Amino acid sequence: MNALLLSAILGVVIMFSGILLKSKAAVRNLAIGGIALLLLANILEMCGTVFFRIDTKGMMAFDNFSLLFNSIAFVSTLLYLLLSARDMEKVGVNYAEYFALIFFILCGITLTSSFRSLLILFLGIEIISIPLYILTGSDKRNLKSNEASLKYFLLGSFSTGLMLMGIALIYGAIGSFNTSVIGAFTGTKPSALLIAGMLLLLFSMAFKASVAPFHFWTPDVYDGAPTVFTSFMATIVKAAVFIAFIRLFDESFGFQQKQWQLFIAILTVATLFIGNITAVFQQSVKRMLAYSSIAQAGFMMLSLYAMNTDAKEGLLLYTVAYSFATIGIFAVLIKMKDYTFDGFNGFAKQQPLLAATTTIFLLSLAGIPLTAGFLSKFYMLKAAMATGKNLWLVIFAVLMAAVSIYYYFRVIQAMYFKEGDNQPIEVTPAFKWILVVLAAAVILLGIFPNLLLSWYYF
Amino acid sequence: MVPVLLILIPLMAGLATFFFKNEKAVRSWALFSAIITLVISVLGLTLLKEEKYLQHSCEWIQTIGSRFSVKLDGMGQLLCLLNAVAYPLVILATWNSPYKKSNNFFALMLLAQAGIMGVFLATDALLFYFFWELALIPMYFLCSQWGGERRIAVTFKFFIYTFIGSLLMLVGLLYIYSKTADHSFSIESFYSVVLSNKEQSFVFWLIFVAFAIKMPIFPLHTWQPDTYEQAPTATTMILSGVMVKMGVFGLLRWLFPVLPFASFQWGDFITSAALIGVIYASLIAIQQNDLKRLVAYSSIAHIGLMCAAAFSQNESGLQGLILQMFNHGINIIGLWIVVELIERQFGTRKISELGGLAQKAPALAILLVIVALANIALPLTNAFPGEFLMFNGIFSSLTKYYLWFTLMAGMGIILGAVYTLNMIRRVFYGNTNELTVATQDIKWNEKLALGIIVIIIFWLGVYPQCMLNEITGVTEPLLKKFEILRYTAVPK
Repeated sequence: MNALLLSAILGVVIMFSGILLKSKAAVRNLAIGGIALLLLANILEMCGTVFFRIDTKGMMAFDNFSLLFNSIAFVSTLLYLLLSARDMEKVGVNYAEYFALIFFILCGITLTSSFRSLLILFLGIEIISIPLYILTGSDKRNLKSNEASLKYFLLGSFSTGLMLMGIALIYGAIGSFNTSVIGAFTGTKPSALLIAGMLLLLFSMAFKASVAPFHFWTPDVYDGAPTVFTSFMATIVKAAVFIAFIRLFDESFGFQQKQWQLFIAILTVATLFIGNITAVFQQSVKRMLAYSSIAQAGFMMLSLYAMNTDAKEGLLLYTVAYSFATIGIFAVLIKMKDYTFDGFNGFAKQQPLLAATTTIFLLSLAGIPLTAGFLSKFYMLKAAMATGKNLWLVIFAVLMAAVSIYYYFRVIQAMYFKEGDNQPIEVTPAFKWILVVLAAAVILLGIFPNLLLSWYYF
Repeated sequence: MVPVLLILIPLMAGLATFFFKNEKAVRSWALFSAIITLVISVLGLTLLKEEKYLQHSCEWIQTIGSRFSVKLDGMGQLLCLLNAVAYPLVILATWNSPYKKSNNFFALMLLAQAGIMGVFLATDALLFYFFWELALIPMYFLCSQWGGERRIAVTFKFFIYTFIGSLLMLVGLLYIYSKTADHSFSIESFYSVVLSNKEQSFVFWLIFVAFAIKMPIFPLHTWQPDTYEQAPTATTMILSGVMVKMGVFGLLRWLFPVLPFASFQWGDFITSAALIGVIYASLIAIQQNDLKRLVAYSSIAHIGLMCAAAFSQNESGLQGLILQMFNHGINIIGLWIVVELIERQFGTRKISELGGLAQKAPALAILLVIVALANIALPLTNAFPGEFLMFNGIFSSLTKYYLWFTLMAGMGIILGAVYTLNMIRRVFYGNTNELTVATQDIKWNEKLALGIIVIIIFWLGVYPQCMLNEITGVTEPLLKKFEILRYTAVPK
């Protein structure tokens, strides 16, 4: 509750700070301070200090799972702002608004991570989506950015419509928006209305999480949006959607797991296959990362398929591992002038520290041991294995992980083993240090995942 | 205590090496670290033989039942020693080989040593998997950065090959884990898992593929000659001398005891593949003109024989195997050192361009001949007792094809003698040509490295008992697993 209200207030404050504060640095520092404050408030709530006690009539529940994920999202955003805030200002003149929109998205994330009512879920998803449409099109003079924004808006609002339709159908079948009431339905045979509603919800959530075959918007939007916002979209927002996804299916439709499990398995296979295979053929690192985000979504789908304690723990770890690594790579990518693989040629010679940290992030995404990426994939596989059936799914997933080596390592090969002289890039020492911290966190979580997961049981 | 130090010293020394500037200092530091590791490894074999020194276990990821537990026991002991012996030899022998950014080179080499040590020491399946991969990552960078012309593509093939194998192994390990009674990755829990025959077969292949790729076994060997050829020779020494033993070791520690039935059932099939590989690799080795590729194929042949001995699954075969793993490591490093010396001096590895080296470099010639004779397991050299026991094992194994297997293995030995002696004749004897007329003999450090190898060769050739003492009883628990099978299960 702390974070929800605070993020909304801070959003408004920062929006007006653009008028009151004249220097860019002041707005930036205000935003970074704001996110730190948000994180602090959320951690205080985890420890039991709640500032605002508002009766939500059971529409929201701030449990360990949601609070921990909120903290993860805030830490990721803090690191993201520390690394890339200066680059956000370069996108356009309305820099204060970009920060404000980020805060509104965080407000939406707190809603989607803690909803107990389908209406709150809908609100949360909308509050996340609308600022994203704006951020995607924020590079006003760039046609690609405009195209991406329009595409995203049209398809996104269509899927939101589907979601609303699904919610309405479920209300018709059950007579309640409350997830636990829906989940308590143990009738012998679910009505067609309920099944149709569930499928519509599944489709719309799959769209938001860019799960195949609802992924077609992803590469274009991620590629067209200003890189600094792609980073935010592909990491924190995607993680939040998955948290909402697993929460929805766990609480509302857990009892019908048998009926949708195979369906989810097929979506998982399709996502893994399309994401990985298409990423292999990309020439631009940015577009490769867009497909890689689809591939990673495929792995996260395994948690949805398994839906047990391991899966929930694992998904939390996965969101951290994936967000940290991807934010780090994007932060470096933003500084590059040439987004192709060749643009990275000889990068290790020019920027040894940046190359080393980027390598760690790439290894983590590829799932090499000693990085958080390995353990998070490991948890997913373990959860899927614990269901005791469909072993082929696990084997398929690891084979696809092997395919992912191909495109992640292409960047490493370019940086270390190929000669090239790209234009020098400028980074501040602070930027380097934050990247080192991020890389250290990735490795630390890869050795001691309980540093994070013990919070789940605090 | 000892096992932790064996992992920690190379790890820490390796990380520190990244920050060194002076090339001489880098090499001295790496040699120093390698010698300390060797001393500790020898201490573990001699003075500190009590249980409390030889194992360590502490909490790691409690929630999923994985512990950081390492143990220096019979099976891993000799391989740890091999790993510890190999490094000082390699560093000494390549003392004069130039490496760009030598600090990174030696740092990665030491990190690989830590990873390999971990593989031989881990008694927790997840930890084992961790180290298995960790040994691979430094190798990837070493081969891609410092290798020959085609290094990037070749190393990538090697990496993807082994990575697919390890991922399938991970699925196999996870499957066994999901069947353990106490949901634990510890080796004891794995050993007490009971799987149905059908499950065993399935999981066996998931895990075996990883080991088969690593060893490598025909027809999964295609990455190996290219990688050995393109990698910098110091790295090749470690790859072929120490790292391939990880695969054989994996069989003995993680596959046979956990899945005895499937190991028994598929034994004939795999032995056939391995022995076809022996003959195939030997025939190719005879045709080779490139020294590095010749030694690479010879390595495939030797490993194939080891794999066949492993699947003989009796005491003689397994003891011979453990002995031979150590000896083969020493011998092949000796061969690589000679190859490296020749390549550095003449800038070529083509056998047809060389000749008459013995006239100009007698010391090198004598040392090489001894190493080469050990490579073909002449009596009085270290490889003889090992190969003899392995042959005995294959001959007395339970399979009905034992005679064929022994014959094929024997063929491999004969062909091995053909290509080794042929290589010596063409490179070292005959007349000198313009290239080799100015040959210089080897320097003190190279003499020292090869000299140590020759001493080990003769010592273990004449008195193998000191090694056999270490490994008596090691194979017993393993054989017990098979013993039960013989009386209970009908292999069909």
